[in-house]
Amino acid sequence: MEMVMNMLKALMGWVDARFPATKLWEEHLSKYYAPKNFNFWYFFGSLALLVLVIQVVTGIFLTMHYKPDANLAFASVEYIMRDVNWGWLIRYMHSTGASAFFIVVYLHMFRGLMYGSFKKPRELIWLFGMFIFLALMAEAFMGYLLPWGQMSYWGAQVIVNLFGAIPFVGEELSIWIRGDYVISDATLNRFFAFHVAAVPMVIIGLVVAHIIALHEVGSNNPDGVEIKKNKGSDGIPLDGIPFHPYYTVKDIVGVIVFMMFFAAIMFFGPEMGGYFLEHANFVPANPLKTPEHIAPVWYFTPFYTMLRAVPDPFLGVVAMGGGVVILAFLPWLDNNPIKSIRYRSLLHKINLFFFVAVFFYIGYLGVKAPEPVLSELGLRFSEVYFVFFYVLWFHSKARDAKFSFMSLIGWMALFSLNDFARHVEGSGELIMMGWFIPGIYLAVMFLAPLYTNLNAEKAVPERVTG
Amino acid sequence: MKKTILAILMVLPTLAMASGGAHLDKVDYDLHNKESLQSGARLFVNYCLSCHSAAYQRYNRMAEDIGLTEAQVTSNLMFASEKVGETMTIAMKTEDAKVYFGTAVPDLSVVARARGADWLYTYLRTFHTDDSRPFGVNNTTFKDVGMPHVLWELEGMKKLVNADEMQEHPGTAPKFEVISEGKMSAAEYDNAMRDLTAFMVYMGEPAKLVRYELGIYVLLFLVLLFLVAYPMKKEFWKDIH
Repeated sequence: MEMVMNMLKALMGWVDARFPATKLWEEHLSKYYAPKNFNFWYFFGSLALLVLVIQVVTGIFLTMHYKPDANLAFASVEYIMRDVNWGWLIRYMHSTGASAFFIVVYLHMFRGLMYGSFKKPRELIWLFGMFIFLALMAEAFMGYLLPWGQMSYWGAQVIVNLFGAIPFVGEELSIWIRGDYVISDATLNRFFAFHVAAVPMVIIGLVVAHIIALHEVGSNNPDGVEIKKNKGSDGIPLDGIPFHPYYTVKDIVGVIVFMMFFAAIMFFGPEMGGYFLEHANFVPANPLKTPEHIAPVWYFTPFYTMLRAVPDPFLGVVAMGGGVVILAFLPWLDNNPIKSIRYRSLLHKINLFFFVAVFFYIGYLGVKAPEPVLSELGLRFSEVYFVFFYVLWFHSKARDAKFSFMSLIGWMALFSLNDFARHVEGSGELIMMGWFIPGIYLAVMFLAPLYTNLNAEKAVPERVTG
Repeated sequence: MKKTILAILMVLPTLAMASGGAHLDKVDYDLHNKESLQSGARLFVNYCLSCHSAAYQRYNRMAEDIGLTEAQVTSNLMFASEKVGETMTIAMKTEDAKVYFGTAVPDLSVVARARGADWLYTYLRTFHTDDSRPFGVNNTTFKDVGMPHVLWELEGMKKLVNADEMQEHPGTAPKFEVISEGKMSAAEYDNAMRDLTAFMVYMGEPAKLVRYELGIYVLLFLVLLFLVAYPMKKEFWKDIH
């Protein structure tokens, strides 16, 4: 026994002299000190990694049977569902995984928002994360074309047409993306190449960068306290514990619970009532027949509402893109020195949870047909979505009365200007009612600090709690 | 291009509204009932599978899934020269179908997943006479459908009596009056259509027959795993909190 151990040690020594295996293991796992007070919200990073692995592995098996050809694609998916051994299971893992990826990533981003994880010195972690999010959206969008169903086809048609709204180069650009005047076999082939090769490589590279940056500065925690400020005589943070074994055994529990939800959807309702797999996508793509209602998959719907909120196509595209890009600027917008929501004001908590509610609601509006009332609500809550980021900046420090009123008047004047521009006969009442949505939101957010103590913040402790 | 986008965005609401409306009857089918699936399969190959194909459904897979032997399928449910390992294709060409029916006849392999069971069940039971149509019939669930009432010899013929009411209040259930009796009573026909719907639901996703049961085992396994993993985490973390 001892001889075997010595031989293994010698082997490890041989490897370490040539490749930093032990060094990497220690730096990233056994001697990476993470704060000991991670809560529920800290599961979603490792879960995102798990879903990435699920998508890559199931994706590889799907490519073994899938045919990226406009004449064969739809049938090859059905072939996987029927004739390939366990093909249906692999396909449902992949389709459920796509939605699970977004659920997990949205929760992961919300965690960052709550605990100020994007704040100095973690700006780059957040930026890498934003690039992952963008790549993920591209990956999901192009993957959705591959089953070659009606929704695949027409969803891609609508989204690629959006590029056509860009002035001067738009038309040429959208033809260049499609490789044809409409979505066709050429488009399917290139989307396949991007979906299975190019974009996954980018995502994996970005995930590595995300984790290297994280391990360089160390993890934030629900208290927003820098654990590296309180080190013991051995140089180890007093509130830190080695990631392995503590967080590996904890994450295993998280993985199992997550897999329960995942399995429940996959086995008992893989279509999720038409939200994960849309019903119309079981009709083969037909370029001559537009489906009754083109709705994007649920994870794009909040941004789709922003697109529809603006009547001008190009500005609509700008709004939709802006809705995503603005998140990247969070580290420079929320300058409040307090990281964690625990010690921020009640007003900030209300603001943050209202933002989440708005995000859900505009997501819901994105799957609904834009009837007048719903369109108005879509515009108003999109306004709230964007102005939220100004409010975050506004709440970074105490503001005087003049600046607060100026902010309120300035923003509402801007929204009112837009209302005058878009006013048509008979729409006045609806516009006036809608006006109060950003109006009340901003009045509360800007004026409450002046007249109430809703803006009172708490003292941040020296050490982590719990 | 801007105009195209605008047009798409503006047409969307009207199209979406058009999709709502039609009244659907609920169907209560049971995929574990092999007799029901077999009866549905018999109706399907006799009445549907000469114009409609089911190009992703193999005969032998069907035999296995609905509890028949390959010999039973070959002698009772296959009428042309296909082999039992082949899929349910048809001889009619798409170009010909366009001449006969004015439209391509859709493949029915996954129609249940696109339309839903309730829609199929309702559609199969809402054919009625309409002299303005080429085949003399129309359908309240799928207005001006190109398909004739293929099952008339079973159901008989009926006429729609509340067309005006349906026009005024979209979503009203259609009411019919029997013109000529078929081989089946109304209740028998409803049962037959329930079986046919069940078969098409099965055909849309054969995995449906196994995935629920498998899911329970997978969840039980995960519960077991949890019962090991959670105490392990507790044990490791004893000295932290």
